[in-house]
Amino acid sequence: MLDNNQLLRFTTAGSVDDGKSTLIGRLLYDSKSIFEDQLQAIENTSKKKGHEGVDLALFTDGLRDEREQGITIDVAYRYFTTPKRKFIIADTPGHIQYTRNMVTGASTANAAIILVDARHGVIEQTKRHSFIASLLQIPHVIVCINKMDLVDYSEEAYNKVINQFEEFSSKMLVKDVRFIPISALNGDNVVNRSTKMDWYQGAPLLHTLETIHISSDINKVDARFPVQTVLRPQNDTHRDYRGYAGRVASGILRKGDEVTVMPSGFTSKIKSIDTLDGELDEAYAPMSVSITLEDDIDISRGDMIVRSNNKPEAIQDLEVMLCWLHNDAAKPRAKYTIKHTSNEQKAMIKEVVYKFNINTLDRITGDTELKMNDISKVKIRTTKPLMVDSYRENRTTGSIILVDDATNETVAAGMIV
Amino acid sequence: MSKYYLNYLDELESEAIFILREVWAQFQNPVILFSGGKDSILVTHLAKKAFYPAKIPFPLMHVDTGHNFPETIQFRDDIIKELGVNLIVGSVQESIDDGRVAEEKGKNATRNALQITTLLDAIEANKVDCAIGGGRRDEEKARAKERFFSHRDDFGQWDPKNQRPELWNLFNGKHFQGEHFRAFPISNWTEMDVWNYIKRENIAIPSLYYAHEREVVWRQDSWIPNSEFLVIEDHEEIVTKKIRFRTLGDITITGGIESDADTLEKIAEEVSGMRQTERGNRSDDKRSESAMEDRKRQGYF
Ligand SMILES: Nc1nc2c(ncn2[C@@H]2O[C@H](COP(=O)(O)OP(=O)(O)O)[C@@H](O)[C@H]2O)c(=O)[nH]1
Repeated sequence: MLDNNQLLRFTTAGSVDDGKSTLIGRLLYDSKSIFEDQLQAIENTSKKKGHEGVDLALFTDGLRDEREQGITIDVAYRYFTTPKRKFIIADTPGHIQYTRNMVTGASTANAAIILVDARHGVIEQTKRHSFIASLLQIPHVIVCINKMDLVDYSEEAYNKVINQFEEFSSKMLVKDVRFIPISALNGDNVVNRSTKMDWYQGAPLLHTLETIHISSDINKVDARFPVQTVLRPQNDTHRDYRGYAGRVASGILRKGDEVTVMPSGFTSKIKSIDTLDGELDEAYAPMSVSITLEDDIDISRGDMIVRSNNKPEAIQDLEVMLCWLHNDAAKPRAKYTIKHTSNEQKAMIKEVVYKFNINTLDRITGDTELKMNDISKVKIRTTKPLMVDSYRENRTTGSIILVDDATNETVAAGMIV
Repeated sequence: MSKYYLNYLDELESEAIFILREVWAQFQNPVILFSGGKDSILVTHLAKKAFYPAKIPFPLMHVDTGHNFPETIQFRDDIIKELGVNLIVGSVQESIDDGRVAEEKGKNATRNALQITTLLDAIEANKVDCAIGGGRRDEEKARAKERFFSHRDDFGQWDPKNQRPELWNLFNGKHFQGEHFRAFPISNWTEMDVWNYIKRENIAIPSLYYAHEREVVWRQDSWIPNSEFLVIEDHEEIVTKKIRFRTLGDITITGGIESDADTLEKIAEEVSGMRQTERGNRSDDKRSESAMEDRKRQGYF
């Protein structure tokens, strides 16, 4: 691999039997990412189950319960590398019950693959998956129209799906949507270009994944540096060193920049940006560094260092698109711990403004119960201000989770409107 | 503006540093589980980066099976000295002597499963609330769904169905008294990434990873090193081969591969051409399709 190769994270979504497992198996197999002993294990299982040939879908089967039930119930991560990029697949199940898993997988994704069965066209699940992709602001969506072999590789069938998709997706905010006709089973347009669909001029899926432009997806304008911890070595070489350790959430910070520390509002200048490998002149997202300031200011975990001429909002009342992740429904006016960057406060859900019917995308008012997999717009009040940007502008400083203090479980994930 | 992006190794490095700092910030008493293998060496190297210019603010913990490669122990002691951190040793031999566990019998007996008890005892005795490991999701299919922050109940057990969802980079390490977490900063690295990074950073690793001559026995499709602990069967023959190890574990079950790779460049090149997973050479994982999953549920690394 070359030194400037990037990492691309993508999720896959489709309803059951659309061919998601087969597609992932095909990507891994054709890009030679499956090892012989793994292949051997799959071959053995295929034989035991009486399949003809190798069932590539078996490669992505995870834990035993799932193997026995034959379904995927949690997000599983897969890895493969080509000479151009390293890929991380967040493999998420398609069932409606698993909205939360798709939201989880989507939260860190650069791209989403949405599978559609060419015979059935766009169905409710397709809409739901696209909606989640747009809600989570996945920058790139690739709609794979699968099982083209079962519709005689027909251009008409392909166009029909595109039309259906564009009809409903016009209401959503997806910046970059592409369509690829494939047969995961036979390998058409997955890694290798299909010889059966001359009418398709675009690139196969893998080539698309290798070349999508992702470096401009990160917010490079708003410099945000949430402080994770303070480094105080107190050894002879660094006696008075006081470094603020963190990962740049967005934007670029440079030595000498005028900065403000939030929420205190004190201002100073960046004195140095340090790493074990030496001092840097600038740091940008998502680099992990240690920053020192010219002035002695009291700074601790949860504070945020920002450029003085570009600050986030410090607010206690948030409007949030909330996905409920837990089996136990939200308790009315219950208190939760809210986690936002490295900050943590107490919070209360004050109001459920509306709920989404995630299949029709209609807004439901009057139903205020938040149950597992529900996506709703809510109002949250925190005990102390959080330094936030809107999720649309900043996926890191615009996202939160809620933790139930009684169980310590993560119960909800939210995007700040 | 296009130069403002990280390559994949830098991004993995930054992610791991972020996780290590989160562990430090969210837990009272973390340790790095240090086996002397390349993955735990890598985690230790990343911890050095995470806290520079301060030293690593927590101890390393070694679960000593008693069946060690001498090279590994030497390496461990050297790194402790270099970093100036504390070492906690949990001894499987002591667990056996105390009657906490019983030694397996027979030719393929290993102390692998016994480590679980020793590990959990050491975690409890030292009031460890987060044990940082070098586990990677690509290692084995039971690990593919492992979290960065992995919750264990007060018996140290892992329930794959009851894991906390992890979104964005918001990690929830909240826990009750007696519970602990495992944290896996290099979850997203593959074996190839590890070698490419070790090469790039020129990280010191035990000589066992480099090709060297050694007395070995052919057993279960790999070269098992001869040692005082190995029971040789009549039909088996001790031969001398040029081999190296892809992973390091208990000396009785870690199989080597024939190799001439004696530099990091050559190792990385060799690994990139490999058609077998690294755990294919470990007999503990060959016992059944879900061997790893079963051990993980009980509290394995
Ligand atoms: N004819 C045809 N069958 C396919 C294709 N892709 C997947 N299948 C079949 O569809 C079924 C469901 O596929 P699977 O990958 O398990 O679907 P999943 O539930 O989305 O993971 C299996 O029998 C596959 O062999 C394709 O491109 N063409």
